[in-house]
Amino acid sequence: MNVLRHWIKSLFLYELLLGMRLTGRNLFARKITVRYPEERAPQSVRFRGLHALRRYPNGEERCIACKLCEAVCPALAITIDSEERRDGTRRTTRYDIDLFKCIYCGFCEEACPVDSIVETRIYEYHFENRGEQIMTKEKLLAIGDKYEAEIAADRTADAPYR
Amino acid sequence: MVELLEILFKIGLLVTPLMLAVAYLTYAERKLIGYMQVRMGPNRVGPKGWLQPIADAVKLAFKEIIIPTNANRYLFVLAPVLSIGPALAAWAVIPFSDEMVLADIDASLLYILALTSVSVYGVIVAGWASNSKYSFLGAMRSAAQIVAYEIAMGFALVGVLMAAHSLNLGEIVRAQAGGVLNWFWLPLLPLFLVYFISGVAETNRAPFDVAEGESEIVAGFHVEYSGMTFAVFFLAEYANILLISVLCALMFWGGWLSPFEGVPWLGEPGLHWLLAKSAFFAFCFIWFRATFPRYRYDQIMRLGWKVFIPITIVWLVLLAAAVVAKLPPWFD
Repeated sequence: MNVLRHWIKSLFLYELLLGMRLTGRNLFARKITVRYPEERAPQSVRFRGLHALRRYPNGEERCIACKLCEAVCPALAITIDSEERRDGTRRTTRYDIDLFKCIYCGFCEEACPVDSIVETRIYEYHFENRGEQIMTKEKLLAIGDKYEAEIAADRTADAPYR
Repeated sequence: MVELLEILFKIGLLVTPLMLAVAYLTYAERKLIGYMQVRMGPNRVGPKGWLQPIADAVKLAFKEIIIPTNANRYLFVLAPVLSIGPALAAWAVIPFSDEMVLADIDASLLYILALTSVSVYGVIVAGWASNSKYSFLGAMRSAAQIVAYEIAMGFALVGVLMAAHSLNLGEIVRAQAGGVLNWFWLPLLPLFLVYFISGVAETNRAPFDVAEGESEIVAGFHVEYSGMTFAVFFLAEYANILLISVLCALMFWGGWLSPFEGVPWLGEPGLHWLLAKSAFFAFCFIWFRATFPRYRYDQIMRLGWKVFIPITIVWLVLLAAAVVAKLPPWFD
């Protein structure tokens, strides 16, 4: 009996018609494509994009060259050199992130005791020449200065959940 | 001389819209499959992506044609021609309305059957001449598949000629006069389905696209082709899809006849009915591709030899009895 039913079903293309009904319905379904340059997917405040180094409101850079981020970085993308500045504080002379090595895990941001290195929401950037993928201290500080308002707002919004 | 020019003009009149239709069939396919997969499909080139096929054609025309070192150069270049030649030549006998036909020959059904069979040589020669194991596998698969489905297809056409008492496509359509129930799809329903499914197999379309099998043998017979040579294979495939669609409409769905025969205005026969019916079949080709996974190779062979051929033979016997008994309303 079961064999006969299976036989009749396959003879009349029953399951093929079921499949065609499904695709036929999807033909008229609302499309879920995000048309990227015009439309954008929503972003979390925890989005981990391009890095930045922040400053205190008085203009002093936050980084104290503790090298915790360098130590925690699983991709070994961060290189730091440090020295004692003339006023006796410990500062970096070199703070490089190789974006080709970086895996955007966010561990550096987690490790930082002074909230200096952060990952911003910026995800549209490109390099045109070799070597440009190394984010130097100057470049990172410049990004931090430019987007400080957004960075600070994102940290505040996320603070209650940390 | 004048006659020759007239024929050339008519060929131009036929081939130009055909090429446009082929170009926009590729666009329709990408768009429809996109929609069936709940995405948008091409929408960047021109308004709503309407210029996409033009951009594709221009891109392919400017690409380099690479001939593999150990390929058989002459056959390698000849294969796309072998593929598109029959695909276009078959259109010569297609009647678009009562008087719109390029070559009104009496054996047009036979001519169609012959030419659709010849087109497989393009695939086989391409697969062999490329000197690549993938294309050779594709060619062998294609050869075995065509042999299996050609028989079922031929038998389905025998049914049509028995019902219409003619091999002339125009006569076949005229024999179906009298509204939607008088068309041959009803008395020949199994043959119609067998013909359409064999047509899908014959054009190497999903779910019978084992000759291409991009997930197994990368692109099968045309893996070594690039630029215009690839484009010609592509054109041939889509011209064949349209050909099978038009043939289905002509032989089983009453061609240019209106489904509402007898009703004023709506009942008028005309080119638009043929185009609408063919468009539906072409849509089905795309619909199948969006829906079905590829058949396993032994299943394809089983379907061809052990299902289609017995069904067509049984139905031919029944049909013969019906024709002898002059069963109304079709055979009286």
